[in-house]
Amino acid sequence: MPSPFTPKVVTANDLLQGDVVWLTADDRWSRDMREAELIEDEAHADIRLIEAQAQRSVVVGAYLADARPGATGPKPVHFREVFRTRGPSNYAHGKQVGI
Amino acid sequence: MYSYNDFDEAFVRERVAQFRAQVERRIDGSLTEDEFRPLRLMNGLYLQLHAYMLRVAVPYGTINPTQMRQLAHIAETFDKGYGHFTTRQNIQFNWPKLRDVPDILEALADVEMHAIQTSGNTIRNVTADHFAGAAADEIEDPRPYAELIRQWSTDHPEFQFLPRKFKIAITGSPNDRAVTKAHDIGLRMVRSADGLPGFEVIVGGGLGRTPMVGKVIRGFLPTGDLLPFIEAIVSVWNLLGRRDNKYKARIKITVHEHGIDEIQRLVEDRFVEIRPSFSGVDQDLLAEIKRHFASPDLAERSVDAFEAARRADPSFRSWSDTNLAAHRVDGYAIVTISLKKPGATPGDATAAQMRTMAEIAETFGHGELRISHEQNVILPHVHKADLPAVYAALRAADLATANVGLIGDIIACPGMDYCALATARSIPVAQEIAERFEALKLDHEIGPLKIKISGCINACGHHHVGHIGILGLDRAGVENYQITLGGDGTEDMVIGDKTGPGFACDEITGAIERIVMAYLAERLSPEETFLETYRRIGIAPFKAALYEQGETANAA
Repeated sequence: MPSPFTPKVVTANDLLQGDVVWLTADDRWSRDMREAELIEDEAHADIRLIEAQAQRSVVVGAYLADARPGATGPKPVHFREVFRTRGPSNYAHGKQVGI
Repeated sequence: MYSYNDFDEAFVRERVAQFRAQVERRIDGSLTEDEFRPLRLMNGLYLQLHAYMLRVAVPYGTINPTQMRQLAHIAETFDKGYGHFTTRQNIQFNWPKLRDVPDILEALADVEMHAIQTSGNTIRNVTADHFAGAAADEIEDPRPYAELIRQWSTDHPEFQFLPRKFKIAITGSPNDRAVTKAHDIGLRMVRSADGLPGFEVIVGGGLGRTPMVGKVIRGFLPTGDLLPFIEAIVSVWNLLGRRDNKYKARIKITVHEHGIDEIQRLVEDRFVEIRPSFSGVDQDLLAEIKRHFASPDLAERSVDAFEAARRADPSFRSWSDTNLAAHRVDGYAIVTISLKKPGATPGDATAAQMRTMAEIAETFGHGELRISHEQNVILPHVHKADLPAVYAALRAADLATANVGLIGDIIACPGMDYCALATARSIPVAQEIAERFEALKLDHEIGPLKIKISGCINACGHHHVGHIGILGLDRAGVENYQITLGGDGTEDMVIGDKTGPGFACDEITGAIERIVMAYLAERLSPEETFLETYRRIGIAPFKAALYEQGETANAA
């Protein structure tokens, strides 16, 4: 039996800035993961990924990342995705400043 | 050092113009990412976890003050005010924007620098002994040969689509400071029975997921045969190398699969075939290149000021005990500037620090700077009488950490703080270990000890050849750190032994401390180094210190 589908967000890097972005339900790319569309249906996830990957002059390397619901919006599951929401641990650079 | 001729200048400028057009076409949508990626990689541009990253070549680790100042300028203008010196003697900028990259490359070209072949399946930046041209034990300066290889390999039409990347390291000393046995080709200068300089040619070394100690393919190669011989090696591998599986594509696997005897036969045959096509132009070029690397005029002066400062200032004495190496000329020293202040990121320098180092090199160091694969900066020619002034200037710039070769002098890859390939972080582990031993005030008591940390099995942090190696992995969604012991990156290269199960992020520093305490308890005398003790007693006492103590603690 296939394992149950875990919720996902679509994420990528911005083509010009290179920073991390997430796809929102209203088709924007947000720099704040809490604004991302939390996708709970596998077929819908596949479609959203195809739509994201089609935006090849806007983002690079779109993929589906595991996420879970939180009080203020989707939260990352894996530590790599946690780091992507905030930036490096050796300097206060990246998303941990300014968001 | 080498300075560009008209050909070099035109070539680098043309590449900048090409890349500018490629970036424009990527932005306007005429190039897809799949089309653009190989083009940006050819120019050293990666897309990492949080941003683009530009890897700039510092050929064989040699850089002049003007170039160092330009790196500072780039760091301030296009990045976040710092740069990261890597284990391949390059510098990486962690935060460039795509639109700015052509301008950065233009600024690099203004000072005869570039990012060409710092990535991709090409022959990469040739690395060299960071003490080249200055070391007391050197047979000959290896950098003219490194420059010859750079010119030969840059845009070499036969070698632009290799099975995988290809790395060459070269040392002019029998004591290997360039980790030649961990490279696709390692060149170690030796003398023939009748005293002529030549190279011991080593092939098929590497770290990564399948670490291998390189094997000698030619015990003595006359210097005049260098280019045809390495061309023969790359050419044989280019045909045999596995293109079906990127993990099996490196020459170390080719050598392992076919055996060194068969590879040697094929290379020697190919060498005989292509040797006549080298008409001697390469030797004319080499002679021209050698003129660029003439030794600076090292005058004889009194060293009284140095001795007086050592007597008067304990902190200067401590720094000069650890951060100086023997120079070939009496009265001179090779200075290593540690970029390993406890708690700082190994290999990082701010723009202000880069300018200070440039200034010191100009005033006291004959305008020469080197980057070491151990992520420090070297002033190769400083008269001992000038060392008190050099030390004072370094101290004012927070660059006077006295820990070269000690436990705090950790090398670490960027890890998951920056790298898209990483499976765990490296930098915080390095920071915490250095701070722990700084607090314990044990670094001089412990003596020579090399800790090397990689954040994935690709081993940019050379963990396999660390006396203590640490490898960061992802174990079921948690960062986990595996320890190896007894690795050695010198001419007697040894790959470290795994101790057993790994440790969580908050356990790894304690684990390293238990290893070090076990060493201090087991060593025969303070003169017996960690590596010597390990070789004498083996892994068992260290395993006991690592795991049995932990179990007792858990049981209690």
